[in-house]
Parts: sequence; structure tokens; C-alpha cells
Amino acid sequence: MARVIELNVNGSRHTVDADPERTLLSVLRDDLELTGTKYGCGEGQCAACTVLVEGVPTKSCITRVGAVGGKRIVTIEGLPASGKLHPVQEAFLEADAMQCGWCTPGMILGAVGLLRHTPHPSEADIVSGMNGHICRCGTYSRVVRAIQLAASKGGRA
Amino acid sequence: MNRRDFFAVLGGGVLVMLVDDEILAQETGGGRRQQHPEPENLNAWLHIGETGIVTVYSGKVEVGQNARTSLTQAVAEELHAPVASIRMVLGDTGLTPYDMGTVGSMTTPRMWPVMRRAAATARETLVDLAAQKWMVERSAILVADGKVTSGTHSAGFGELTHGETLTRTIPVNAALAPATEWKIAGSSVAKVNGRDIVTGAHKYTYDRKTPGMLYAKVLYPPSFGATLQSLDSSAAETIPGVKVVREGDFVGVTAPDSFAAEKAMAVLKADWRPLSAETSSKDVYAYFKKNAGDSTGASGLAVYTVAYIAHVPLEPRSALAEWNHGELTVWTGSQRPFGVRSELAEHFNLPEDKVRVIVPDTGSGYGGKHSGDAAIEAARLAKASGKPVKRDWTREEEMTWAYFRPGGLIEVGGTLNSDGTLAEWEMHNYNSGPSALQTPYEVPRKKEQYHQAKSPLRQGSYRGLAGTANHFVRESYMDELAHSAGIDPLEFRLKNARNERLRAVIQAAAGKFGWKDRKKSPGRGFGISGGFEKGSYVSNCVEVGVVNGAVKVLRVVEAFECGAVVNPEHLRNQVDGAIAMGLGGALFEHIDFAENRILTNRLSRYRVPRFADMPVIETVLIDRKDLPPAGAGETPIMGLAPAIGNAIFDATGERIRSLPMVPDKLPGTKSSPSAG
Repeated sequence: MARVIELNVNGSRHTVDADPERTLLSVLRDDLELTGTKYGCGEGQCAACTVLVEGVPTKSCITRVGAVGGKRIVTIEGLPASGKLHPVQEAFLEADAMQCGWCTPGMILGAVGLLRHTPHPSEADIVSGMNGHICRCGTYSRVVRAIQLAASKGGRA
Repeated sequence: MNRRDFFAVLGGGVLVMLVDDEILAQETGGGRRQQHPEPENLNAWLHIGETGIVTVYSGKVEVGQNARTSLTQAVAEELHAPVASIRMVLGDTGLTPYDMGTVGSMTTPRMWPVMRRAAATARETLVDLAAQKWMVERSAILVADGKVTSGTHSAGFGELTHGETLTRTIPVNAALAPATEWKIAGSSVAKVNGRDIVTGAHKYTYDRKTPGMLYAKVLYPPSFGATLQSLDSSAAETIPGVKVVREGDFVGVTAPDSFAAEKAMAVLKADWRPLSAETSSKDVYAYFKKNAGDSTGASGLAVYTVAYIAHVPLEPRSALAEWNHGELTVWTGSQRPFGVRSELAEHFNLPEDKVRVIVPDTGSGYGGKHSGDAAIEAARLAKASGKPVKRDWTREEEMTWAYFRPGGLIEVGGTLNSDGTLAEWEMHNYNSGPSALQTPYEVPRKKEQYHQAKSPLRQGSYRGLAGTANHFVRESYMDELAHSAGIDPLEFRLKNARNERLRAVIQAAAGKFGWKDRKKSPGRGFGISGGFEKGSYVSNCVEVGVVNGAVKVLRVVEAFECGAVVNPEHLRNQVDGAIAMGLGGALFEHIDFAENRILTNRLSRYRVPRFADMPVIETVLIDRKDLPPAGAGETPIMGLAPAIGNAIFDATGERIRSLPMVPDKLPGTKSSPSAG
């Protein structure tokens, strides 16, 4: 049943020997040790597991790994470019848009995806675009501010 | 670990240990000292190494409340050293002093001054060393920004300690800088490990792995109290690498990967005998009253109810356990590393020094991570398999088998004098807890009682715990009294509050909100509340909009005062978070249960606050530099629900006496499923 799958993660090719029915989340975390992607609910309700697949925020806990072979996947570990934080990461730090941090990688990738298609979002755009993400610590207003900050600095880059 | 071992680990340098009998007695009931002779009766220790690195040890843990940052600030302030030069080792029973747990908003009032005293003593020790070395007066020596200087002499901390091994055990009363002179404390120092959070580099327990580790699953019964009649594990055991462990009713599976463990679980055939249920979420409030030790409350009181709710820490419980020559090491996300150590020692009948519990900074707790459930499961299966074992709870397990914030039935009544001052007050809390049951208002005749009851669900601590329930009832009923007397709710509170700190937060919130200038319009309502708990004061003013029975909280002003502010930005963040979390419990969060099963066992069945639920939040911090800092993790949540309820009453004339207030829509309006 096991099958070799080619994954393109953070610009590198990985060959994994994984059952295609497994979730992308478990393969990223257990096989590739990319543990910045978090489990939160396993049913696509909290978006802590968000990664970018071909640039689109995708809930890796409900994505079969067999469905993303060869596609470009970006996890939080792949977001900084040559050691420099992505503007959205910088903005989250600047707005103190975190407490325990468990939701933060998913929030950041969700925000990167949002800014990709809406570079200058209104507050309403941010709320509707990010509403699938849960922050149980309740830093929502700070995440909104972080995304506004990133947008004002050209966070799309 | 003893002092000698400590220097073996750390190398030479200056080690400051703090003995604080007063704190120790308060935290442990005074009994701990005899059981645990030195060095376990120390509250903190601080080491300055020969390289100048400052390492501080505390049994507190970081669960998102930014204790790591605030404790670092305390040390930096008194040591006169940069924040970046300080390393904080937290929540490791093998390295840090005993601590009862990161609970009850006590890190700031208790551990924070301990840290400051340890750092102040270390600084003075450095001055001693410099005075000796340079043969100058102590008064001619300056310690600033991680350097010791005098005239032409200058040295880093590490240079001074070089070749020395000094120990100072310090008294309670080391002199500390007053808040008015703070430079690093009291400022908005950024989260010290923020970069590790935004890059995903921080390893939470859930993220940890060790070579040769097995993944574990545990088979839980389909309902609480069910007993295992038979188990057929033959199909599961044909899966390569899978081992099934049965010890009584405990059934666990280990496998080389999590997918194999899941597959094994799916083919286990278990037959359970259910336990008959005594109550359900529908009739639990009558059950509390019937099952209370003494239920002799007066008649004719208003009856309020508060539902059980779930913590939903976004990182579920998790543990990695490893046995080595009869000694056990467990990494787990817990608010009580030493409590979990005791649980493990007891379970495996080991002395406590054979068990080490390490708590990596954890994906939140909110009072929900006091117990060592996952730690015991991982350790049992590690023992049975002879390999390190990782046990990660699923969301469903977290929402079913963790404990809940207690539900409660609360009765309340009161009378007024003709001038609108309170004449009598009576309040009875069944099951949800005694915290903040005492009214902060002036009442000549009052009776306030907590009645312990039997809980059908496993219940425990929660952010604000009973403080939220008791404030909801008291502040809602104060509103009822104000309206019955035809007095403005703000004026009514000020009329009955003599405590200056309480009056100050109420006036600050009302002022910021523009309470006196509020304009009524159809479907809009305004509510106010005030309160006190755990050394801090809170007041909320809220505006709600009600459309077709759906309630939207539009604006929340919160005034909060917790003595001298340690970190304004992180305090605002705590207040923001408390308001967001409080909205859920106020409006829609509730546990449904029946037949000993939790029906709200997933995020798709249990609504938590999201971006779209957020009001505009405005926070007024009152910084009382003349008062010692109190904790801020809990009290900011307590005034929200009653202010919302009072605003709903203002908008609709309907008094809601239950939490949550609008699980679906307001009673009497056409219902529809709540949005996810």
C-alpha cells in the first residue's frame, strides 16, 4: 500500500515513502520534521495546519498527501528568504500578534495567502479572509493590525 | 540536584539562591520544608557564568501569558543587564526549584519579586567582587547595561566571576528599585522568544521527537464510566510494528508511526458496559441543587445558571516519555510540572527524584492543563514497550477527557434602602466555585455561600473560574436592582462602591466609553459592570446590537488596574485575549452532554470566538506605581459577561439569567443553527 511520493516543499524535492491516504500534515510533521505546521482539530475548523499549496492557503490536516505530489508547498519554515523574515512575520512581531503561538504559523501563512490576492485589504476583507483561523488566546485584533501593517509595507513581497 | 551538581553543570561563577520562607509557607501550606530540605526549599536561583551569560531558574511555565518575558524583565531590571543576556530556564523539575504551579495569577505577585531579589543580590555580589579586585570603595562602582565600572576600570559580569565560585543565599528583604525608577520593568519589552514563534522554530511538546520513539494511542470508552468487558486485538496486532497493551481497563497501542497506530485503533474490537447516566446538560442545574452538601438557600431568590465550558487549548495535551535505568523523563505541556511529577511518581511508585518533568513553552492552558493525563499514558506505554513513547491527544480527546470549567446554579437576592444603597444581599453558588463570591460593594447585611455539589462531569480550574460566574450573577443582579429603583446603572454602582480602586476603574471605563452621553436607538443597548478578584480591579462598558434575536457585541471598553504595570503591551494583549475568550463563554460556549457522553466534542460542534465575533476593543490601563504588581491573566475576563447581559437588557428589556446567553439566538426568537 505504501507508495513513493515526490513532494516539493519549501523549494526542495523530498521523496517520501508514505501511504497516499495520510494527511499532508502528518507527513510534514512526522516524516519531514517540519513541525512549524500545527495540528489543532483534524477537521479543517481551526486552520492551525495551514500551508501554501501553489500559493493558496490549504488546511493540511484534511489534505491527503497523495493529492499534492509535485505541487509547490510552502510551510512556515520556508517563508523567510535567505534568513530574512517575511514582512508578514515581521508584522506579527511588531503588532505582538501572538500569545502561546500555536496558531501563529497558520495565521501567518493564511495572511500571506490573503495578501497575495488582496494586497490592500480592508478590515472587513481581513476578517472574512481570516475567519477560518482560530486563536484561542484571542489575539484577533492584533492579527488584523499585523496584516494591515504588512500590507502597508508591501507585505505581498 | 544539589549545589555541587549545579556547579558541575553550570561551571564556575556566581550563584544566587533565594530562600523565601514567607512565600514558601503561603504556597505549600508550610509543610513542604520538612519533606524537602535544601535546595528544594529555594524559590529561585540565578547563575552568572564565566562567559557572562545569566541563567535564571524558576518552576513557573510559559503558556502564552508571557511569563518568560516578564520574569526576564524582573531580572534585567535589578541586575542592570540587557534583556538579551538573560536565559530563563522554566518548568523543569530536574533543574528548577519546586513550584506549586503556574496558576491563580500568582506568577507576577509571587515569583516576580523573587526574581528581582535574586537579581539584586547578584548585582551586589558583583559589586563586592569588583571592589575587592580593583581595591575601590563599593560606592564608587556602577553596574549598568551588563557592565561593572569604576573610574578607568570596566569589566563584563563574566570577567569578574572568572575563577570564582561564589554562592549567596539571600534573605527575603533585599532592597529593590521602586516602580517609579524602573527602566526595563514597566516597559513594553517584546516577547523574548517571539522570533521562534513566527518562524515555527519553537518545539512545543507536540513537536518533539526522540530517536527510536514509538507513537501511541489510547482506547477510551464510548462513554464516561464504562467498563471494558472484552477486547479482541488480534487484527490490530497483525499490523507490522504494532503492540497492544492492556492493563485492566487501560488499552494502549504503540506503533512506529502515527498512521499505523491509528489503523490499529480502528480495528480494535472492544465491548464496553456503560454506566447509567445520572443527569444531562438539560437537567444538570436541578441536579447540582439536589446533590449539594447543604442546599439551604433562602427562597424567593433569582436563579442564574452557568454552563460547563471547555478550555480548548489549541495545542492539545501531549507527552513524550522515556525510561532510562528505572528513571523516568517526561516532556509535557502542563501548568504544574511538579504536580505532574507527583502524579507520575505515585502512579509508578517511584521516589520523586527518579522522575523528571520538562515543560517546553506550551500551546496555552487557561487553567486547563493542571493534570498529567497524557504524561501517565505515555509513561505507561513507554514502560510496556521498552522504548520512548509519544502520546498526542486528538482534539476530540481533549474536548472529551480533559476537565471542564464547572457549571453552576447561583441564587441571588437583595434589597435597597430608599436612597438606593444596598440594605441586604444574599448569594448562593452551587458547584461552580467560591472565588469572587464576596461582593465588593458596601452592604450592611449579607450572606454569601458556596455549596459544593456533585459534578456529573470532570471539572477543574479555568481562567477566572468561578470569578466569571459570580461576577456575571452579581453584576447582572446589581443591574436588576438599579433598574427596579430607576437609578442609572453607573450611578447605582458608584453609590454602593466605597473602595477607591473599584470606583476608579468604573469611572475610567465609563469615561472612555462616554457612558453619560450614550444615545439609545432601536436594537442598540449599553451595559456596565465592575469587579475585583486576585488583587486586581476591572470594569467593562459594552455596546451591543440586537437584530432578529441575534446579538453582536459592537464595542467593549475595559478599564483594568493590577497595581504597577510590568509590561504595558503584554498586559493589553492579555486584556484583548480575555475579552475575546470571555465573549465565547458569555454568548455561546456550552458543553452538551447526555448518556455520559460529550456531544460537543469537536470544533465543528463547539463554537469558539472567531475574527467575525470581535468587537472594537478599547483598553484603559491604570498604572498604580505605588502598588505591587498583581496578576492579570484572569480578572480581565470577569466583567465582560454581565456587561453584555446588561446591554442586552438595555436593548430588548429581556433579562438573561444564564451563561451562555445566546447559544443560538435570544429566547423567543426564531432559532437557526449557530454559525460555525
